[in-house]
Amino acid sequence: MTLIGWAQIALVLACVIAAAMPLGRFIAQVSAGERTFLHPVLGPLERMIYAAAGVDPNRGQGWKAYTLSMLAFSAVGFASLYAILRLQGVLPFNPQGFSGMAPYLAFNTAVSFVTNTNWQAYSGESAASYLSQMAGLTVHNFVSAATGIALALALSRAFAAGGLKNLGNFWADLVRMTLYVLLPLALIVGLAFVAMGMPQTLGAYVEAQTLEGGTQVIARGPVAFQVAIKHLGTNGGGFFGVNALHPFEGPSALATALQTWSHIVIPFALCLTFGAIVGNRRQGWVLFAVMMGFLVAATAIVYAAEAAGNPLHLAGGVDPALGNMEGKDVRFGHALVALFTAATTGASCGAVNAMFDSFTPLGGMVPLFLMQLGEVLPGGVGSGLYGILVFALLAVFIAGLMVGRTPEFLGKKIQAREIKLAMLAVLVLPATILGFTAVSVVLPMAVTSIQDAGPHGLSEVLYAYSSGAGNNGSAFGGLTADTPWFDTTIGLAMLLGRFAYVVPMMAIAGSLAAKVKVPESAGTFPTHTPLFAGLLAGVILIVGGLQFLPSLALGPLAEHFAMLAGKTF
Amino acid sequence: MNTVLRPAIVMILGLTLVTGLAMPLVMTGIAQLAFPRQANGSLIERDGKVIGSALIGQNFTEARYFHGRPSATTEADPEQEGKTRPAPYNAAASAASQLGPTSESLLATVRERVAANGPAPVPADAAYASGSGLDPHISPAHALRQVARVAAARGLPEERVRALVAAHTEGRALGLLGEPRVNVLRLNLALDALPQGR
Repeated sequence: MTLIGWAQIALVLACVIAAAMPLGRFIAQVSAGERTFLHPVLGPLERMIYAAAGVDPNRGQGWKAYTLSMLAFSAVGFASLYAILRLQGVLPFNPQGFSGMAPYLAFNTAVSFVTNTNWQAYSGESAASYLSQMAGLTVHNFVSAATGIALALALSRAFAAGGLKNLGNFWADLVRMTLYVLLPLALIVGLAFVAMGMPQTLGAYVEAQTLEGGTQVIARGPVAFQVAIKHLGTNGGGFFGVNALHPFEGPSALATALQTWSHIVIPFALCLTFGAIVGNRRQGWVLFAVMMGFLVAATAIVYAAEAAGNPLHLAGGVDPALGNMEGKDVRFGHALVALFTAATTGASCGAVNAMFDSFTPLGGMVPLFLMQLGEVLPGGVGSGLYGILVFALLAVFIAGLMVGRTPEFLGKKIQAREIKLAMLAVLVLPATILGFTAVSVVLPMAVTSIQDAGPHGLSEVLYAYSSGAGNNGSAFGGLTADTPWFDTTIGLAMLLGRFAYVVPMMAIAGSLAAKVKVPESAGTFPTHTPLFAGLLAGVILIVGGLQFLPSLALGPLAEHFAMLAGKTF
Repeated sequence: MNTVLRPAIVMILGLTLVTGLAMPLVMTGIAQLAFPRQANGSLIERDGKVIGSALIGQNFTEARYFHGRPSATTEADPEQEGKTRPAPYNAAASAASQLGPTSESLLATVRERVAANGPAPVPADAAYASGSGLDPHISPAHALRQVARVAAARGLPEERVRALVAAHTEGRALGLLGEPRVNVLRLNLALDALPQGR
């Protein structure tokens, strides 16, 4: 680790904090349906969409209607994306002449983008046409992200007032977040990416005559716009197979820094939006601080582990100065790789600017663990906020048990129904991840997909399901994931991780919204203090993390000690 | 059901038109006008022919050129259906080795590369395969170790080649971000442009 490395990290995080404040206020304004400086341009488009869809944006929905609308939208989105992927061979914008995706792969990919996971069992430049990338995948980069924000807004509103019958209108939230928040940001960031070297063309791949007289076919395409929303929407699905490592998708250190900024700025801003909606700004900052604390700690561990290098290889004659460079490109450096890695897995983005499968065991354990904690640090756009709020409910409940008070959060009594639903949501992750992993490491047709022997093989499978269920999308790429077994089960893990979590969460929102606000009294446990921040961090680690410790001990930790003992597999 | 299904279908269609077709096409138009070089892939031409991209590494094996990093990209094997064979710097199929830290085969490969680039210690970017398989850069240390070979193969004085490496060493962006590095293709193009020695 170097001072200049930490200065790089500090610069990016400072830009995140500076931008999150105005952005958080802006999102709160848009979510309330207030007029903004973008309305003269986009207002007519917004009204046109409502008219065509037959939607009244001012008609509130209860939690069931809101959730049903969200599910219907996701189902229709899945069907249309599946159709595009299967039919891309006969559709336009296909200069490389790719054929339609096979059924298992198309199912997996469609689920992946609809759930904001962006797990990629295919390699973009050799399997997806420009139409699939734009009208298929890019669209879901926008709308799955807007869906996440909408759900977080609905939950936030449940805390805002007492005796609330409705949580807002899903269709209005969806359209507003897409048009006023994601689209303008994607345009600006996308243009910046082009200036930094990302292609944005519909031209076919180029054949170059190399200096040594060979030929090199160079894949390109409409990259920059898709990459902009891939980060802003914490989607993470790359245009190219190696994601943000590809020199066209991550052309420079500056580009990788801007990508890191892009995938955490909205999740952090949403904490402040939450503070604004519930009328308690300090509460928003407490959530913000917990997320930031974890993010910095995780970055430090990855940075230290990767910069120190792999002792097996150092003993074999590798200069330790550059650390572990397997699966990394020269231009980024370990500091920006570490920050990107912690941010992409803390934030449910899943883009990568280094190959996690080739990280040192401890360096690779950090992204794995951040996903298992439930993608709340800072979490995906929207999903991070509603995820950490579920943990916050558990934290006030546990605090209430310890001191014998009725748990309250922002004036709402937290009772048995909410805690049962919260636990139901929290248990989805371990059940899905550990269940599928356990089956996959004994099932012969799954075992053949594992590349590495020894504990690293277990890590590969554990990572795949953690990524799927956590709706992250990054991978330990050694696993051959495009098989019927993994396409199907990771697809199911993604569905469970999104919808089996969201439905109980929305039920909590419905139940909380209906409750009256209890005025603060001397007996109220304040939740906008550093003490509560510490408690929340503890609950995230213990409730979210402890259940995965045995699996981590068998995977990355075992591998770490094997490596120190000089053992290879 | 109609109250839910109609908006769902209309919204998918409408938002596909806006975010999936109109905006990417508008963006392509703006990019092609404002940044034509980058928008088309930062291509480099020599004598009217595309010889590569400034951002994409090429496979160099001859002694008179600086060599890039090991690349793990592959291509379809024409002799065996469904198999692949190594094809370094295949820019139509980016890929990494994905080998884990305790992989026996990775350790063996690293040892081979150390032996080929000796004497130890060898710069890490020469011993390890890049993540993209297309890394256009090497570290300044890795470049300097190749100066003697390149100078001898071209019959140039070593100082001349070393000065060229120094001139092609790029610093950190804004003096802060990233790592110092040398673009191998640009360096080799500059070498070719020099008046040859013997």
